[in-house]
Amino acid sequence: MAETSAKPPLPVVDFLKLPDAGQPYLEGHKCQSCGAVFLGERAICSKCGTRNQMKAVRLADTGTLYVYSIVHRSFPGIQVPYVSAIVDLDGGGTLKGNLINVEPDPEKIRLGMPVEVVYKDALGRKDREGNSYTSYFFQPRR
Amino acid sequence: MSDVFVVGIDMTKFQKAGTGPAVDLLGAQAALMALDDCGLKIQQMEALYCGNLGQAAAMVGQRVLQQIGQTGIPVVNCANACATGATAFREAWMAIKAGVYDLVLAVGVEKMGGGLLGGAGGGQGIPKEGLLGSGTMPAVFAEAGMEHTRKYGTTFAQFAKVSVKNHHHSTMNPKSMYQIETPLETVMNAEMIAYPNTKLMCSVNVDGSAAAVLASEKKARELGLMGRAVRVKASVMTSDPWQERDLVMPDVNTCTRLAAKKAYEMAGVGATDINLVELHDCFATAEILHYENLGLCGDGEAGRMIDTGEVALGGRVPVNVSGGLLSKGHPLGATGIANIYEVSTHLRGEAGKRQVKDARLGLTHVIGLGSACGIHILEKASA
Repeated sequence: MAETSAKPPLPVVDFLKLPDAGQPYLEGHKCQSCGAVFLGERAICSKCGTRNQMKAVRLADTGTLYVYSIVHRSFPGIQVPYVSAIVDLDGGGTLKGNLINVEPDPEKIRLGMPVEVVYKDALGRKDREGNSYTSYFFQPRR
Repeated sequence: MSDVFVVGIDMTKFQKAGTGPAVDLLGAQAALMALDDCGLKIQQMEALYCGNLGQAAAMVGQRVLQQIGQTGIPVVNCANACATGATAFREAWMAIKAGVYDLVLAVGVEKMGGGLLGGAGGGQGIPKEGLLGSGTMPAVFAEAGMEHTRKYGTTFAQFAKVSVKNHHHSTMNPKSMYQIETPLETVMNAEMIAYPNTKLMCSVNVDGSAAAVLASEKKARELGLMGRAVRVKASVMTSDPWQERDLVMPDVNTCTRLAAKKAYEMAGVGATDINLVELHDCFATAEILHYENLGLCGDGEAGRMIDTGEVALGGRVPVNVSGGLLSKGHPLGATGIANIYEVSTHLRGEAGKRQVKDARLGLTHVIGLGSACGIHILEKASA
């Protein structure tokens, strides 16, 4: 077990990049023809249908809260409440994730508020092989 | 091309999830009820289109025929999320419209499990629910509703009023799962599932089926069935056009607007001509969005629609007088035909206490998340 826990954490999704040197970041794929931004690699743009014109782009670590829901009931074993948030990243790309470091109270969460992306351990969740994961979260921008 | 008519239609009383008979027996019930509604026999049906989601790979349509009559007709099994029933109905409509058949049976049936639907990402690695936000349906539709809040300031109480209205309507519908009044404070104080959707603002998981017999005009006249017939003025289906947030936020608006525009054009009517609407209130937040998406009011006016009672029975354009998915219940594959049953019943003047007065034109709408939107416009036929 000591061996497996020593392995570096894996990214929670394939568009989260964890370079050996430097900070984690989110990677989008941008259509060079129409400018649409996607999460994850792909060859064809589903906005305009152009093929093989996708370019990897580094997405911003800042954005604004578009909408959210405060989840009070989820599947067994999932700790509640948590804030499910949809965030528009500055410069393009929209992402869903947990909004943390905010009270799960509609009075305390403002639609359109500035947020930043932070990278942390994935709430202690491990896969069957015992691997740890790094995830992305949103928090209010200071 | 001549029009297509609904000549027979019915639905089972929706019942608590898991308490209904096996899916083939449940589907058979509604099929027989629809046949009896027009006095026809299974031997007269030339094709069957069957909608079911839970056993989409298990030949449910054929198994229904194995219960009520194996006549050798073609059977097509349809699955299209919550638009499954509407898809089966539309395929039946299209086959008659194309002149291939004169009499077709459409069945929608679902046996539901309990609990939450949806969930964020299974697949490889670790569970994503509660880590990368929520993929549960109550949260997804809460977020869709919050978009309306963001644009127009729509409040938790306004969303909750949808549930008050639909539960009230269902007290007049004996086929509804529930027949209970739920005052505003009861709805707002119910268990919070995903803000702003409380438990009473989430559709009810039920077992149920609905079926329709569709006929060409020539056949309906020949059989003397025009008296109670309902004309299908428009049948439209759309998928979700690209939207900048749709990778993470399913868009139920654009596909509905597109379908509504096409449906009104096909029917040659406008939204103001519609006397009643059964729309996809899978969550209370969703209903608010669709008042505007269907053109029942202008953008930003949905809050007023629910506040003033324009969408309640007796109002300008009653919405979900059946009780809707919130109270009547939502058996996924049956829903799209059940709402056609509701509108047809009003057009026939047979809706009893909840009858919308002088109803001549009605609209049904469903959304299958992912997404599929189905809209039908129905008209009282003049014999």
